[in-house]
Amino acid sequence: MSEQRGPDIRPGRLAAEDYAAHFADHVPPLTGPQAVLEASRCLYCFDAPCVTACPTRIDVPAFIKRIAEDNVRGAATAILQANPLGGFCARDCPTEVLCEAVCVRNVQQGRPVAIARLQRFAVDRLMASTDNRIFERAPASGRRVAVVGAGPAGLACAHALARAGHEVTLYDAKPKAGGLNEYGVATYKTAGGYAQREVEWLLGVGGIRLQCGWTLASPEQLENLRRGYDAVFLGLGLADTHALGVPGEKLAGVEDAVEFIGTLRQAADPGTVPVGRRVLVIGGGMTAIDAAVQSKLLGAETVDIVYRRGPQQMRASIHEQDLARTRGVRILHWLAPVEVIGEGGSVRAVRFARQRLAAGRLEADGEECTLEADGEECTLEADMVLKAIGQRLGNPLLKQCGLALRDGRIAVDEAGRTSVSGVWAGGDCIAEGQDLTVDAVAHGLRAARDIDLRLRDTRARAEE
Amino acid sequence: MARLDIEFCGIRSPNPFWLASAPPTDKAYNVERAFEAGWGGVVWKTLAEAGPPLVNVSGPRYGALLAVDRSLIGFNNIELITDRDLEVNLKEIAAVKRRWPDRAVIVSVMVPCQEESWQAILARVEDTGCDGIELNFGCPHGMNERGMGSAVGQVPEYIRMVTAWCKQYTRLPVIVKLTPNITDIRFPARAAREGGADAVSLINTINSIMGVDPDTLTMTPAVGGLGTHGGYCGPAVKPIALNMVAEIARDPQTAGLPISGIGGIGSWRDALEFIALGAASVQVCTAAMVFGFKIVQEMVSGLDAYLADKGFSSLAQVRGRALPSVTDWSFLDLNRVSKAVIDQEKCIQCGRCYIACEDTAHQAITSTRNGRRHFEVKEEECVGCNLCVNVCPVSGCITLRDLAPGEVDRRTGRAVSAERLHWTAHPNNPLRKGA
Repeated sequence: MSEQRGPDIRPGRLAAEDYAAHFADHVPPLTGPQAVLEASRCLYCFDAPCVTACPTRIDVPAFIKRIAEDNVRGAATAILQANPLGGFCARDCPTEVLCEAVCVRNVQQGRPVAIARLQRFAVDRLMASTDNRIFERAPASGRRVAVVGAGPAGLACAHALARAGHEVTLYDAKPKAGGLNEYGVATYKTAGGYAQREVEWLLGVGGIRLQCGWTLASPEQLENLRRGYDAVFLGLGLADTHALGVPGEKLAGVEDAVEFIGTLRQAADPGTVPVGRRVLVIGGGMTAIDAAVQSKLLGAETVDIVYRRGPQQMRASIHEQDLARTRGVRILHWLAPVEVIGEGGSVRAVRFARQRLAAGRLEADGEECTLEADGEECTLEADMVLKAIGQRLGNPLLKQCGLALRDGRIAVDEAGRTSVSGVWAGGDCIAEGQDLTVDAVAHGLRAARDIDLRLRDTRARAEE
Repeated sequence: MARLDIEFCGIRSPNPFWLASAPPTDKAYNVERAFEAGWGGVVWKTLAEAGPPLVNVSGPRYGALLAVDRSLIGFNNIELITDRDLEVNLKEIAAVKRRWPDRAVIVSVMVPCQEESWQAILARVEDTGCDGIELNFGCPHGMNERGMGSAVGQVPEYIRMVTAWCKQYTRLPVIVKLTPNITDIRFPARAAREGGADAVSLINTINSIMGVDPDTLTMTPAVGGLGTHGGYCGPAVKPIALNMVAEIARDPQTAGLPISGIGGIGSWRDALEFIALGAASVQVCTAAMVFGFKIVQEMVSGLDAYLADKGFSSLAQVRGRALPSVTDWSFLDLNRVSKAVIDQEKCIQCGRCYIACEDTAHQAITSTRNGRRHFEVKEEECVGCNLCVNVCPVSGCITLRDLAPGEVDRRTGRAVSAERLHWTAHPNNPLRKGA
């Protein structure tokens, strides 16, 4: 055996069939009979709590009843009318803290109706059907809208505006549309290239011109958009990840978790993606879970998620934490990184300081409680460190463009309007929501409604 | 140990569960298996007169109404009476009865409405040593088009006539099986008694079309593209059968006539209901066709446990016990007042009671309290209709509370009277007694 030099980061740790199994759907799709049987558990509640819990207000009882009645097209229509990205949300939404959390069957039977799986069933069936177009565009309005960012917010906004008869140009910096759906969500949640299939379906409505490889890099560009279009929607996402802010962060083997996930998503064969033998993921959100679980699935020997607060403060739901544990990921709490220790330019270990709550008690909002080191330290060896401590806008341009910011993100009003006239925004780049796909979709749709109203209004006035 | 054995117009049976005249009692092979499984008796599938055997379709004979989980709600068939040779059937009946002397073996018969036809077959049937005869006046498909089955059962005069012939030509007990495809079950039952019937059995199946295929827009099931109405049975028909049994049991002209209850019996509880409304035996078909003959063991076990739990020592102590609680609408007490009560501990907040009441009944349930989701009965609106109880998915969550005499009904503002008040005497009834 030859002497291993440097950290052990390499691709091809597993056999080909293991990769295929590991990156297949982690929640298998329902069969027809399963869907009908599960649908029969829905009580068709009055003013259903599941609808209220959904940021896009999908009429859950209606679509489930339609599945039970073998009207899958009608079911998909009910879903997609409320949320055109309903197929992706069915795969990615933390439904265990949204619609399924409030299902009344929890109280009665200790198990909610499997809303997400039913939603996926209906949308998948529609997408696979020969005629999967359910929306027709309104007569052409002659209005043009620029949508910057083809993530869930931008896609939802563009789709709604196109339906309303407007011409949309959809810009994105990446080679493909989809945003985090394409580049930032675990492969096993969107197996079979679903994100791109959904993009194709969305664009199929017509009236949307996709321009990839276009980055908003100067205030002049935004000015040009404002001048060249009747309205502008910004769904920029968060371009930057937070830095650990500790020595050694630049060592080889320290990567952004989002980029790691993106590389894996774009790899034709997961076997080509290098992964460390011992992986540390630093952070506590969905990205941390996705990166950690996928590291394990790529064949990492040990994977630890290290989070500076406790389990209750993790952005990842308890369900997600459990998912990670069942895949062999260890979750360590109350540890904050102090130093990434290197050797020959590569990471060898991370030194952590044990944390405790400064006030000695947990405050209601976990984000507000302050931490301090309790003097105890530990060092964990690692070949690879994935940073998943959150993303940030990180675009000085926006301030230069005159956009008011709040908490480092774009400030918008209740209709999604920014401080700059004719510019709306939504998704992760604005200062609200929980950074969920479904929130971004809701933002995009909200802005589209307001833009449509505005454009109709100005046209009516122009015609007077 | 409670006793389940019965005597039904002279026919003894170790338990009240008989297999009805139908496909499960087609031949010795099935009946042997049924007796091994524990059935108290069988009504052998209807015999026809001697001659070339009948011909059944070699395609779908059955159709079903299924719940979403594919549990069977209703069942329908277009199978004719036996398509086997008369001599073979008679030989098998005799052999089976010899092997199972303690079980009830009744033979169902259907021949044309000619005295000599009945005379001829009854003699042959009696020779088998069977315990009784059941006259099939109920079959609503196929045979009725040939002037038999329900074609006879729908004409009380024919029932009376044929029953009288049968009583003349056999010493065996004669059970008349009635069709529900009539307007008032009491008339055919009275005719049977007038003809001398020892008992009636009911209900036979109900005329029915199971559905239409949405792709072909043709009725289903179909044979070569064409379908015909079948006879409907299974759990869905039980309420119809219970009513007809009770009607006959409480009709002064037929009261006391032994009844073999049939229609959707699949459990001990179903059987108990028929017996409590006056049936002395029960006949089962659909449940056996869905679950196999072993299902009788669950029925026997359940009925036995019920009798033991309630301290009864025989089925006779239960028979007809619910009949006094059945009356005409005119005799319902209009002074009684009930109000729905929602148990907040059990409520799962689905709101079905609210929307049902709000949209279709009496607007007597709240949907919020202090801005929060909360379902509670508004007694000032509630008429006690029971709709909310029926649509609630949680057993025992919504119940009806009877107001005590003297308690004020918040809907009317009047105190509940202790007196009974029928419509016959109600002041709003212009035809009331003494008006």
